[in-house]
Amino acid sequence: MSISVTPSIERSLPRAAIGGLTVAAILFIAFVVLPSVGSDYLFEAILTPFLALALAGVGLNLLTGYAGQVSLGSAAFMAVGAFAAYNFNLRVPELPFLVSIVLAGLTAAGIGLIFGLPSLRLRGFYLAVSTLAAQFFVQWALTKFGWFSNDNPSGIINAPPLKIASVTFDTAVGRYLFSLGIVTVLTFLAWRLTRAQTGRNFIAVRDNQTAARVIGVPVLRTKLLAFAVSSFIIGVAGVLWAFAYLRTVEPAGFNLDRSFQILFIIIIGGLASIRGAFLGAGFIVVFPLLLSRLGGELLGGIVDSGVVEMSQRIVIGALIILFLIAEPKGLAELGRRAARRLGGRPT
Amino acid sequence: MSLSRLLKATALSAALALLPLSTAAFADEQFFPLQSYRVGPYAAGGTGFFGGFIDYLNLINIRDGGVNGVKLTWDEGETQYEVEKGVEVYERFKNHPGIATWNPLSVGIAYALIDRVTADKVPLLTINHGRTDSTDGRVFKYIFPLLLNPYSETSGIINYLGTKEGGLDKLKGKKIVVLYHGSPYGKETIPIYELLAKKYGFEVQQIEVPHPGNEQQAQWLTIRRAKPDYVVLRGWGVMNPVALKTAQKTGFPADRIIGNVWSNSEEDVIPAGDAAKGYTAITTQASGAQYPVLQEIQKVVYDAGKGNLEDKKRIGSVYHNLGVVNGILNVEAIRIAQEKFGKRTLTGDEVRWGLEHLKLDPARVEALGAKGLFHSINVTWDNHEGDGLVTFQQWDGSKWNVVSDWIAPDWALLRPIIEKSSEAYAKEHNIPLRTAADADQVTN
Repeated sequence: MSISVTPSIERSLPRAAIGGLTVAAILFIAFVVLPSVGSDYLFEAILTPFLALALAGVGLNLLTGYAGQVSLGSAAFMAVGAFAAYNFNLRVPELPFLVSIVLAGLTAAGIGLIFGLPSLRLRGFYLAVSTLAAQFFVQWALTKFGWFSNDNPSGIINAPPLKIASVTFDTAVGRYLFSLGIVTVLTFLAWRLTRAQTGRNFIAVRDNQTAARVIGVPVLRTKLLAFAVSSFIIGVAGVLWAFAYLRTVEPAGFNLDRSFQILFIIIIGGLASIRGAFLGAGFIVVFPLLLSRLGGELLGGIVDSGVVEMSQRIVIGALIILFLIAEPKGLAELGRRAARRLGGRPT
Repeated sequence: MSLSRLLKATALSAALALLPLSTAAFADEQFFPLQSYRVGPYAAGGTGFFGGFIDYLNLINIRDGGVNGVKLTWDEGETQYEVEKGVEVYERFKNHPGIATWNPLSVGIAYALIDRVTADKVPLLTINHGRTDSTDGRVFKYIFPLLLNPYSETSGIINYLGTKEGGLDKLKGKKIVVLYHGSPYGKETIPIYELLAKKYGFEVQQIEVPHPGNEQQAQWLTIRRAKPDYVVLRGWGVMNPVALKTAQKTGFPADRIIGNVWSNSEEDVIPAGDAAKGYTAITTQASGAQYPVLQEIQKVVYDAGKGNLEDKKRIGSVYHNLGVVNGILNVEAIRIAQEKFGKRTLTGDEVRWGLEHLKLDPARVEALGAKGLFHSINVTWDNHEGDGLVTFQQWDGSKWNVVSDWIAPDWALLRPIIEKSSEAYAKEHNIPLRTAADADQVTN
């Protein structure tokens, strides 16, 4: 196998145009239609967490899907982002909030770079295990040193309101639009990156490190860059998760389970696919909620909520197995195949 | 959860699908949205607490026909003790008509709800736990850490050790080790132990056990070297039985270990087996099913097949009784608010007023059938904790036995610390301090 596997390169122009139109339509619905028709519940409980985790998925997909470096430390980088944003905001009050977010992303990128260093020598499962260190170390440090949470006795901090210039986003729709704006910009940048030389370098390193080195890809730099960029995006996702969704910041919320959740998002959604992160987040975040509501409506009051919850897990687990058997490359590939079949296979 | 049970449940649900529509016969209803956790690592606490809470609400509905004719209703949303699920359940239920209070029994969820309930004007109850400075009702209008906040718990434990030694002055020169869970919860009381150590002249050494705490050999060896007079166990989950077992292995006597409110349940001691015999722990509500209110729950609710606990043996356990007490406090706050606003469905803010006038003296507690279960409560507009007293129970290998009187924490000492913290919060969030006059203004 050689190194050129990006499906989009073979894509013909009309398909690209169709893709562009689809994205424009989705953005139109997300920015204009939904805010005028959706309920608070839709924004607060479904879309905002969906956006935050989808963004984290995009970040991890750059690292794992494109550059082939498996990481189990995503939640740690989210935590770094959230706590960094809180501290920048608290300690330098004159800083605009957007700048705090960028600085938080850069902080996460810095930490990501450090924990990316083992990737120079380790690969595959060994690297995954070493990124676990990030997971445990960050959580430990945030709990251990009270300074990070402004010496709050319980270590849980209340997030300040989201603010750009003098506009405060303190309604459900406001927080959603704030998140959507950031997610759109970062996703676009990530997409550009995957289509540029850097993105091709990522893939080259993933597919065959030796071959990549032979053709002149700076392997070490590429790996570290992947860690930095990915951690930046995941850090910003952490800010959204803590500030726009939960509105509290606590280390325990960014535990190993969250790292796994993000990893599952990209595995189920589709590795090396921006779209996959969103599809995967939809499956992991939104789908259980819908199922839980459905289960609650059908069985609520008759069996206790624990039984309902357990049965949902069984359903979701079975669906994951089914999906992965039907299409190991994830939901993104499944969608692509369906589209191809419907569209009569354009050449 | 077996498949056959699930199938049965599905069949039942299909058969009964039409029934819920006909239950709206009561004109007035007061709704409790329950962010319960019946699966996941903390299910034992969740099923006990929410089971007790629902059992008491059921008792009021069946025996009294609701509170002055207002029926109590509830719906559960599973959180697994996870903050984001708790937030989702909040958003799901928050527009339900007639919400009385929120009772998440989770510090993380409670924190995430502080802004939300304040905006929505519905009280948030964190019985026995929660954010310590929310005791200050001048700042936290809708947050109620009823009966006991973490600081009072600390002071209550030291006061108990004082009485055990024959007076607080006898604590001078003693040595106490605090073994705490390595989490924000575990670390919250560190400054309070330091403060009390300075005040009473005992030596305190605080040792952290990293989460989850299933390996504590090193910590207990340190304790053995330190030779303390007492060890305070500020644990959580699996850390508790492991601590007791390791103590036994290193030869530290269980009757010199004192547990805090999250180390005080049957689930904490039974897995430790023999090692837990003699272990003592603090509680605001005594365990046991001999209290009249629990007898009635058995008779009226369980004998009618409407009990919430799957295992009837858990009736009267620590978490179940905490749920029952939580039910009593909720129902009485509604009753008090109804006296003022009328016997109808109340708004969240009206229930808040009721909570701020929730005064149950020992005579009233006895009338409610809860004498000995808990002592009393006196919540006011600026004291949202309500001066709860604590008692201590010793595990004899099969059940808890009360071994102390009702003990009062040193509230006067703690109040300035709490106010300092709450005033800082108020400043940070631009909240003006409430006055007694504000407390009587109620929005509909």
